[in-house]
This record gives sequence, structure tokens and C-alpha cells, in this order.
Amino acid sequence: MLAAIAFYAMAATAIVSAFAVISARNPVHSVLFLILTFFSAAGLFVLMGAEFLAMLLVVVYVGAVAVLFLFVVMMLDVDFVELRQGFLNYLPVGALVALALFAELGLVASAAGQAGAGRAALSLGGPGEVTNAEAIGRVLYTDYLLVFQLAGLILFVAMLGAIVLTLRHRPGVKRQDIAKQVGRRRSEGVELKDVRPGQGIV
Amino acid sequence: MSDLIYSLSWAQPELWLAGFALAGALVGAWVKDRGAGLLSGAGCLVLIVAGVLAFQFQPRTAQTLFGGALVIDAYAGVAKALIALSAAATLWLGADHFRRTNEQRFELPVLTVLAVLGMFIMASANDLITLYVGVELQSLAAYVLAAWRRDDAKSSEAGLKYFVLGAISSGLLLFGASYIYGFTGSLRFADIAAAAPAGGVGVTFGLVLLLCGLAFKVSAAPFHMWTPDVYEGAPTPITAFFAAAPKLAALVLIGRVLYGPFAELTPQWGQVIAALAALSMAVGAVAALLQTNLKRLMAYSSIANMGFALMPLASGDPAGLTAALLYMAIYLPTTIGVFALIVALRRDGRAAEEIDDLAGLAARRPFMAALFTILMFSLAGIPPLAGFWGKWVVFMAAVRGELVWLAIVGGIAAVIAAAYYLRVLAAIWFKPGGAALQAPSATAMTVAFIGAALSFPILVLALGWLERVANTAVGASF
Repeated sequence: MLAAIAFYAMAATAIVSAFAVISARNPVHSVLFLILTFFSAAGLFVLMGAEFLAMLLVVVYVGAVAVLFLFVVMMLDVDFVELRQGFLNYLPVGALVALALFAELGLVASAAGQAGAGRAALSLGGPGEVTNAEAIGRVLYTDYLLVFQLAGLILFVAMLGAIVLTLRHRPGVKRQDIAKQVGRRRSEGVELKDVRPGQGIV
Repeated sequence: MSDLIYSLSWAQPELWLAGFALAGALVGAWVKDRGAGLLSGAGCLVLIVAGVLAFQFQPRTAQTLFGGALVIDAYAGVAKALIALSAAATLWLGADHFRRTNEQRFELPVLTVLAVLGMFIMASANDLITLYVGVELQSLAAYVLAAWRRDDAKSSEAGLKYFVLGAISSGLLLFGASYIYGFTGSLRFADIAAAAPAGGVGVTFGLVLLLCGLAFKVSAAPFHMWTPDVYEGAPTPITAFFAAAPKLAALVLIGRVLYGPFAELTPQWGQVIAALAALSMAVGAVAALLQTNLKRLMAYSSIANMGFALMPLASGDPAGLTAALLYMAIYLPTTIGVFALIVALRRDGRAAEEIDDLAGLAARRPFMAALFTILMFSLAGIPPLAGFWGKWVVFMAAVRGELVWLAIVGGIAAVIAAAYYLRVLAAIWFKPGGAALQAPSATAMTVAFIGAALSFPILVLALGWLERVANTAVGASF
């Protein structure tokens, strides 16, 4: 009973705040709603017994990604309100599309009730046997080894891409070069001037 | 453990590519962009090695690797060979072009090879996660390549547009995959094949969304909007890359998904593929008539050509897949050849990308004009060039699959499309004047020559062999 109430509360919060992400006028509010959505999703994970995933969602998405979003949004001097001007004009069309999608989803849901979908999907080690992290660790490095490695390559592409698109070698920038500093000789660093009394250096 | 070693021994082409990407990035960081030319050469070599390995060492029966995540069979082998060879040709083209324009960076071969690795994974995908990861690896590398000329507004626009629309298509793909998983209870294609017929409307819904995401990758209408802008904005050798290898990889993946796990649902997806094919052919043929830019024209041409390639798949008969594979094998060298000619064409120190820039080409550079003529005739499907036989094969497959109406739509589209290919040729042969042409790059001309030679007569003579290879590949796998 309590679990059901918690589920409906959190699912409703997730949906409402997800809608708020795209409808909020202030981009900072959008990001805050995004964080709320992540939190609700983490709560849903806990209800399913996947507490490790829930913590991961909070630590990685809320703690790192969303806060990074917040920084970026605050630093960018973009007039987001201006960008969003057309939103209301397109709303009727968008609503129509959404209505159609929802009708389809309803169809699918009613079918799901009959077909009893998703029973077989929950076969990954039951909560009583091993801990969540252990269960994930067991399959991640054995059954999903290939995908895990490929995900690493995708991150590699992201890193290369960021370098290709943003790194610029500007001439004339002063950087510390330790080898050069250490290798400096006396003859390069010191200039001896023979100063005559009463004349000074010209 | 033994499964791992066994898997790695069959995954040698992929290991070569991944090894080159990692080693290349390391060496590149050391030697900086001075070594870009050498690394590009090495990249071409590795691509060819990987393609030949994939083609030459095929198991007798399909082998599933890494606990069923990947499958190695003759179908994947043929696809990988075509992907690797066309990527090697465009990488060679790109390395030469960027050396001339002084924009060479060592990341070009590394990113190209990583994109090809993603395509290899797509060709061999045996579950939904592998499928998605392969698509993403290929796409992410492609987004970066599109924005290669980062100080150029059009190139940046191309990269951004490709990225944003690509992200939407990935979302559709994942949404569809989640439905399929939910209603069949598995990610593995074999288990999905067993559970799909009983899955009902949920599986169909997921499959249609998955197809939407994949149709975006082959730029089939109505998911084609990104193509003209990306093709126009990206540097020409990169556009040549986009037009060839990723299209084939995505088409091969569509074939694998439809004929593997969803073979039982042919009545459902047959209509979707038929609609995609008909729309692509119509949009590609009609919209290209209005273009004045050669690269945009080629973008619409590629949309129409993907429509032709999708057409035989709609029947749900394995012979349709053979026809599509054959069509792509003929289309790839032709389109790479045309883009090589666009790379080679430079007037007054700028790239000549408008159709009007071709004026007077026949008088000044008759060899180039002759190559253009062969390639355009092949694209238009004029007998006896290879392009005609490609179209012949897909039309016959469509008619045999009882899709006469689709073949008629295709025929009309092919006639309309011939008009704009001929318009390009008219500018080359009959329009006088135009500014002086710069000496074309020898590499670009070689690539164009190979493309033209393959279009006529090599592939025409090898048609029987090609058909046998495609037939055995599809027959052994489905």
C-alpha cells in the first residue's frame, strides 16, 4: 500500500517536473526541475530494489551533470527567453502530436495488460541473493564486456571531438616550460654592464 | 575465458581498427599534425587490412561472440569489406585535400577509423545494446567530422544540425528498443525472434520507432531533412565519407534487424519500408530539380538512391536483401567518384561547388568531363553502365516481391532523376565560358578514375560474381 502511494507520488512528480523543464521560462528553473526529475527517478529505482542505480543517478546525474548544466546555463549570456518565443505558436501542433502519441501509448498499455509484458525482463539476480553492485559488476565485466569496452571508445571519441573542435594553438601565449627554465644558462640570463661612476646606464 | 579468446580471434578486424585508433591518437599527440599525412596512410592501410580480413575469413556458419552480443557471418563480412574499402578511399581523398588546404590534423584518420569501427559493430550487431552502441560510435565520430572546418559557419552549422537531429533519432531508437525489450523480455535478437510474434502491438510499436531512428541514419524521407545541409556544410571529402560507408552500414543493419528478429512480422514492417522507399524516391527526385549547388544535388540524389535500395527490402524476401546489397555495392564507388571530382574541381582558388561552375569543363579538361559523364550516366541508370544493372536488380526484386506499384513509383522517380543528372552534364558539355580551372589533385583524380572504371566496365563484367557473393552472404545468414 505504502509502496503504491510512494510510486504514484514519485511518478507524478517526475512527469510534472519533466514538463516543467521544457515549459519554465527561466533556464535556471529548467535545470532545477531537471534535478527534481532525476530525484524522482532515483526514488523509483529504490522502490524497484535497485538502490545502487538510484545512488548512481543521484551522484552522477544530480551531483555532476545537472550542476554542470547549471554552471553552463548561468555562464552563457544567451537570451533564452528570446529563443523560446515560438513555443506558444507551435503549441497546438505539438499538442496534437502529443495527443496522438498518448493515444498510441494507451493502446499499448491496454495491450500490455493482456499480454502480461515485462515478466521475463526482471530476471537479473533477485534482491535476496547478492547485493545490487555485485550483481551489476558480475554481468558488466562478463556478459557485457564488449559493450563496456565500446562505451569506453565512445567516450574516447567524445574526448577527441572536444579537442578537435575547441583546442587552438595561439601563438604568443606565455606558458611555463620547466625544461627551458632549468636549461637556462648564465650567459643567457645575466648581462654584465660596466657602469662608469657618475654616468648611470643609458 | 576460452569464450573470450575465441571471440577475440574472430573479432580481429575490429581489433585492428580499435588498436589503430588508440595507437594513432597516442602517436598523433606525440608528432602533432606534421605526422597527419603518414597517419592517414597508415589508417587507409589498416582499413583495407580490416576489410580484407573480414571478407576473407568468414566462418562457415554464423558465430556468435562475446556471449551473443556480436555475430560474425558472411553477410557481415561482405558488408564490412564494402564499408572499409569505401572509407579507405574517402580517407585517402580527405588526407590529400586537407594537406592542400593546410587544414590537416592527425585526428582525421583516428576519427574515421573509429567511425568505421562503429559501422563494423552495426553490421555484426546481435542484440539491441550492441546495435545502439555501434550506431552511437559511428554517429558521434561523424558529428565531429562534419564540423571539421570549425571556423567556417556552414561547417559548424552542419555539425550542430547533424548532432541535434541525430540525438533525436537516437532517442527514437532507444524508445523503440525499450518497447521491444519490454514486450519480448530480451535484448538478444534470437530471443526477440522467438517472442516477437506473440508480442502484439507493443512490439510493432517499438519496431516502428526503431525503424524511424534507423531511417534517419540512411536519410530516408521523411527523416531526410538534415542531409542537404550537412552535405553542403561539411568539407567535400567528409561529405563523400558520409555518402558512402555509413549509409551502407545503416542499410545492412536495417536488413539484419528486419530479416533476423522480426522476420515473422513482415506484414507489419513491409508497409513501413515501402512507404519510406516511395517517399525517399519521390522527395529525392523532385527536390533535386531545384538545386543549384552540386553537393546539395548529390544529397538529394543519395536520398533517392537510398529509396531505391530500400525498395526491394519491402517484400520481406531474402532475395530483396541480396538486391539491396548489390545495389549499394554499385552505388558506393559511383558516388565516391562524383565527390572526388567535386574535390578536384577548383576555380580561382575556391572550391567549385555550383552547377554553373562546371561551365566550359569539357573544353578545358576533357578527361574530367568524360569521368563526370560516366559517373552521372551510371547514377542516372543508363544502360549498359553499372548503375543501370543496379536499378534493374532492385526493380526485378520489387516486381517479384509483388510490389509492382512501388516499382512504378521508382520508375517515375528514376526518369525525373535522370533529368537533373543530365542538367549537370549539359552544363559541362554545352555551357561555354567560366573562369580558369586549377590543376586538379592527382589523388582526387585517381579516386574518381577508379570510381568511373568500376562503374564501367569493371562492375558490369563482375556482376555475376557480385551477385553470387551477395547471394551466398544473404543465404548463409538468413
